[in-house]
Amino acid sequence: MGLLLTDDEKMLQESAEGFFVDKAPVSKLRALRDERDANGYSKELWAEMAEMGFTGVLVPEEHGGFDMGFMAAGLIAEQMGRNLSSSPFLSTSVLASTALKHAGGEHAAKLLPELVRGDVTIALAVDEGRKHNPDDIQMMASPSGNGFKLNGKKAVVVDGHVADQIIVAAGTENGLTLFVVPANAAGLETERTIMVDSRNAARMVFEDVAVTGEQVLGEVGRGAEILTAALNAGRAVLAAEMLGASAQVFEATNEYLKERKQFGKIIGEFQALQHRLAHLYCELELARTAVLSALTALDENPKSAGPFVSMAKAKLGAVAKLAALEAVQLHGGMGMTDELDIGLYLKRIRVAQELLGDADFHVAQIIK
Amino acid sequence: MPDLEIFRTETRAWLEENCPPEMRKPMNRETDACWGGRNWVFQSEDQKLWLERMAAKGWTAPSWPKQYGGAGLSRAEDKILQQEMKRIGARPALLSFGIWMLGPALLKFGTEEQKMRYLPEICRGEIRWCQGYSEPNAGSDLASLATKCEDKNGHFLVNGSKVWTSYADEADWIFCLVRTDNTGKKHHGISFILFDMQSEGVSTKPIKLISGRSPFCETFFENVKVPKENLVGERDKGWSIAKYLLTHEREMIGDSGNLKPVAQMVAEMGIEPDAALQAKITKLSIDEWAFAQTMNRMLAEAKAGASLGAKSSMMKYYGTELNKRRYEVMMDAAGMDGLEWESERSNDGQLARQWLRTKGNSIEGGTSEIQLNIIAKHILELPGT
Repeated sequence: MGLLLTDDEKMLQESAEGFFVDKAPVSKLRALRDERDANGYSKELWAEMAEMGFTGVLVPEEHGGFDMGFMAAGLIAEQMGRNLSSSPFLSTSVLASTALKHAGGEHAAKLLPELVRGDVTIALAVDEGRKHNPDDIQMMASPSGNGFKLNGKKAVVVDGHVADQIIVAAGTENGLTLFVVPANAAGLETERTIMVDSRNAARMVFEDVAVTGEQVLGEVGRGAEILTAALNAGRAVLAAEMLGASAQVFEATNEYLKERKQFGKIIGEFQALQHRLAHLYCELELARTAVLSALTALDENPKSAGPFVSMAKAKLGAVAKLAALEAVQLHGGMGMTDELDIGLYLKRIRVAQELLGDADFHVAQIIK
Repeated sequence: MPDLEIFRTETRAWLEENCPPEMRKPMNRETDACWGGRNWVFQSEDQKLWLERMAAKGWTAPSWPKQYGGAGLSRAEDKILQQEMKRIGARPALLSFGIWMLGPALLKFGTEEQKMRYLPEICRGEIRWCQGYSEPNAGSDLASLATKCEDKNGHFLVNGSKVWTSYADEADWIFCLVRTDNTGKKHHGISFILFDMQSEGVSTKPIKLISGRSPFCETFFENVKVPKENLVGERDKGWSIAKYLLTHEREMIGDSGNLKPVAQMVAEMGIEPDAALQAKITKLSIDEWAFAQTMNRMLAEAKAGASLGAKSSMMKYYGTELNKRRYEVMMDAAGMDGLEWESERSNDGQLARQWLRTKGNSIEGGTSEIQLNIIAKHILELPGT
């Protein structure tokens, strides 16, 4: 029931592993950061990801995609997590892709094939404040002529400053509605926010941004259902990315404990350190199970997958944090240096913890 | 209909027909569980009947080969049987260290003669076994055990003592680690022998725990004569059997897959949690779920051919620590009611006693620290000291 990978999944895992180690290792993220790259990701990499079929992993075949399911998307994300690979995969191939697929219609027919080819990037603009809270959307879409006018602010829009299209959530009279808005729409101001993890995010201000009825994704007032589907997909895949990042720092720490000498001994001989790493190993095994279970739940029955996704994101929120903190501490002073990659993982994990809901948020979701 | 579905249908029908109503009620008292053995006093006619019927079917040890008293069920069939029993709330017909621990060792290391002699009566619940492993000076460092076993030509002569012997005062026989050679390294010279607890020179003394119960004993051997054919496996090489059994035991102790979730237990106590307690319960539920699923994943991996190996230490470590956390949350939920020690209302302090008992989970069968050592050495491949 998904707890063991199939042969096809193992093949995908291997090819993704080779691809990201080769094309998008941590040194690439470092370069993007140090060169203050305007895009925050490599367009060349994105084109290659399209060639590999990664961009369209969740897109139905009728729209030119590969329809490989959430487990496949998670396996790809895990390898990206291991390498801290920067790309619009989460925003475009997971969040937007799922929203479009769920809504269907004209937008799906037009955007999904472009998305598969890597020709378009799409951001999802939901959150407005310091914490993830899709139940508290203040942005309004007020009727205006045949369409609407959007007014309000969005924060933490992943890939917002490089996206061609923005899927934005706003309140309408009878509920939440999603709109597809081109990045260059009049009245839309986008500010790139440089985050601690050197990955893409933006703040957006919508001031009387005019949209037509044709720009509605799905139906007016029915956006919540689409949004939930997209967010759950994003949460589970992000949890898989966090698993990859955690596994990587765990392994690096394990190796370090076998190399570093103090008091004339390999420090891995010290029981105080052994026990901390052994405990982390156990937590990571549970975290892996949680991710596999959530992805399987999404593939098998997306409508009832919510609690499993929340359990996985909550568990990874706690375990990835533990992995990052232990990695820094067990690397000692070296763990504090920018020279080592450990800090980059700590930073990415901290952002991923917050993104799409931290552990407290998801515990509350489960109780609800 | 696929074979497994036929098996399920037949099993369901058989259980409906044969499981006495009394045996479908939850177990509340210690005597509700049947341990069998020469001195067992059946609590009711139904308890006796249930054991006899299940044993005749080979379902007290469902996965063992038929010739030894089992039913030769596959893992999948065994699982179906457990599910179907759970469905009607059927009690296990027999709790038995013979089935859980000695049996697997005999199946792997015993001679055909030993298997035929011991296994069928274990399955029928006619003999109750205890385990003689730990000694006063050999706890975590089990391999330093010193109970002396001398070769006196016609028989072995055993002198020494064991501690933490579960139910030694009620058991008929003991499987015991003894030292047959102390000239080499400590892991060498250990042997695995079986003997009757009624043998001359065997005595036991119960140990009272903080839970107020005495499941454990000190066990003393003074010039106990043991027939030579009671040696299992090779002489001086019993450590490999001991390790095999410990691994088995760890998986068992760690297996909380069948435990009731805390959320359910709190609900059954009639408690409506406030927000703070609810958050605690939910956080714990996530770990209960992730752990149970991890057990399933590991078993699936083992079935697919990957050996569990040191991962059994992970199960033991995490499962027992989790169980301790579960009972801490349950105590938080129950508040002062959970601290009542003697009353009908509290079923004689059932929760408090269970809570206290769980503290031993991470000590018995190898402490949490020993499990972490094993993980560090065998999985993380960190250098030893």
